[in-house]
Amino acid sequence: MTEITLRDAVSKGLREALDQDDSVFLMGEDIGAYAGAYVVTKGFFDEYGPDRIRDTPISESGVVGAAIGAAMGGMRPIVEIMTVNFMLLAMDQIVNHAAKLRYMSNGQITIPMVIRTVTGGGAALGATHSQMFEGWFASVPGLKVVLPSDPYDALGLLRSCISDNNPVIFSEHALLYNVTGDVPDEEYTIPLGSASVKREGADVTIIAYSRMVHVALEAADALSTKGVSVEVIDLRTLRPLDVDTIVESVKKTGRAVVVEETWKTGGFAGEIVSIIQEEAFDYLDGPVVRVGGIDVPTPYAEDLEAAVIPTSERILDALDKGFGL
Amino acid sequence: MTPSTKIDNGLATELFELMLLIRRFEEESARLYMLGKIKGFLHLYIGEEAVAAGAIPPLRKNDYILTHYRDHGHALARGLEPKSIMAELMGKETGCSGGKGGSMHLFDTEKGFMGGYAIVGGQMPIATGLALAIKQRGEDRAVACFFGDGAVNEGEFHEALNLAALWKLPVLFFLENNLYGMGTHVERSRAGGKDIFDAASAYKIPAKQINGMDILDVRETTIDALNRVRAGDGPVFIEAICYRFRGHSMADPSAYRKAAEVDEWRDKDPLESFKQSASQQGILSAEDVLRISDSVEKTVQEAIRFGEESAKPSAKSLYDFVYAE
Repeated sequence: MTEITLRDAVSKGLREALDQDDSVFLMGEDIGAYAGAYVVTKGFFDEYGPDRIRDTPISESGVVGAAIGAAMGGMRPIVEIMTVNFMLLAMDQIVNHAAKLRYMSNGQITIPMVIRTVTGGGAALGATHSQMFEGWFASVPGLKVVLPSDPYDALGLLRSCISDNNPVIFSEHALLYNVTGDVPDEEYTIPLGSASVKREGADVTIIAYSRMVHVALEAADALSTKGVSVEVIDLRTLRPLDVDTIVESVKKTGRAVVVEETWKTGGFAGEIVSIIQEEAFDYLDGPVVRVGGIDVPTPYAEDLEAAVIPTSERILDALDKGFGL
Repeated sequence: MTPSTKIDNGLATELFELMLLIRRFEEESARLYMLGKIKGFLHLYIGEEAVAAGAIPPLRKNDYILTHYRDHGHALARGLEPKSIMAELMGKETGCSGGKGGSMHLFDTEKGFMGGYAIVGGQMPIATGLALAIKQRGEDRAVACFFGDGAVNEGEFHEALNLAALWKLPVLFFLENNLYGMGTHVERSRAGGKDIFDAASAYKIPAKQINGMDILDVRETTIDALNRVRAGDGPVFIEAICYRFRGHSMADPSAYRKAAEVDEWRDKDPLESFKQSASQQGILSAEDVLRISDSVEKTVQEAIRFGEESAKPSAKSLYDFVYAE
């Protein structure tokens, strides 16, 4: 076991892939000469060269489209979109082409590609640089959507994303890069579509993904001092979703809270709430509670931004109001 | 343009037969559409036959082709079986896309036919990406990317050309300028005017404008262009001025074009003009034409019969190929 940061875990996974498979290459803005906007690919340019670490112009749609074509042509591209906010420029290629070409061609086309991106807010970057759209992508048949919350998950999941023969979106939260954790020295993978129970408990289930897992764990710690036993589930993959783990937990605890950083209205948490009430209605002691981002564009000023993103206080408040915990 | 290469009876009959096959296939498709046997959108290639029949046969077996939604002519020119295309239009399981794609999404990857695309310009970055794969893998192949005048105002047109030129990729960008983007004349949509090939100069891509109603002009120019593309100095751009005799699609009442203009272009019918000039040169006899007409008719009617007799896709095939294993 070695303790590393989430950033280093991603870096390690990328290096491995580049070393093990000549068809893997990276494309993205400033991943090479600049060493990566979030410093994930530092050193790669010198080590692997400009053909395999391809700096691109600012052309998200063109670059994602090119990654799709390169995958169709036998490569395994890992394309970086600097932040998920800029994925909007490539929506057509992602949703209309990456997700659908295999189906429309009746299986003739295979698109083994990873779109890596940085997601989330809390860094005072303002409304257009603080969003999370993974829930939208998770609605689209043909895509897979992955969000790790710690180094162990990041490395194990990234390996699975790269070896997956489908278009997979791998979202790294901007504020989690320095989170540390142990990773095994031997190779391991985590299959896509498996959630993990990050904390076992008996009284209530908190379901979260990405940075909200850490916020949920904070709330769980606080509640444990009051003798409440909280189970925290980290979804890890939004599509395919691990329904079994969610349902099993809720059947055990009878109470569920879904925490999501993005706007509450229409957020993916709604999908999870629906699934819970479809699959475990009779086990619920009360309605499933949602804690989500406040429905406003993210403001710049520190206190205003802090009010938008769910905190452990808001989770505790929701548990109190919802279940009297 | 008077083609500088002399062609023989063998090539003359081949070219005429291909154009006639496209013409009759499209005319029959229109008839079947009116009978309700073909559904959705149907975009006919009638009038533009010289472009596909001139540009596609010179491509090698291992070259790639991508095109827009008016793709039946390209598919036929590439050697997709008329039966397979007709079955696809009729939504049958024997269609080239298994009934999953329809008219706008014909695929046959074994023949390098990497799709018709319904999103205007969407195929352009993908074509660039296939060329990137060719370059990364050191393959001796080219990509022919067909698109219309409607695509040149999309951002993706510019992104694709820029990337292909920047990275010196082996793409032949082939613009079929039929003067109308659906119902809008190119002079009403392009500030730079109706001669579009000069757009390529912004990316330092060599470009030429030709007569798209003259199959030999198309063929010769394409052969030259492909030589340049294969030389490794980057993409080449051809603009073929042509005209579709029917509406944008079967749903188009053609309110935006004057009958006199259509008649003017019908006088330049690529089949008629080739037939005349070839027979004048003694390389296409009346007997040839008769024999070819009978043969084409037989092929098209067989294709229709095949489509009608084929089964619809099974209910369980609904979920096939959403993801790759």
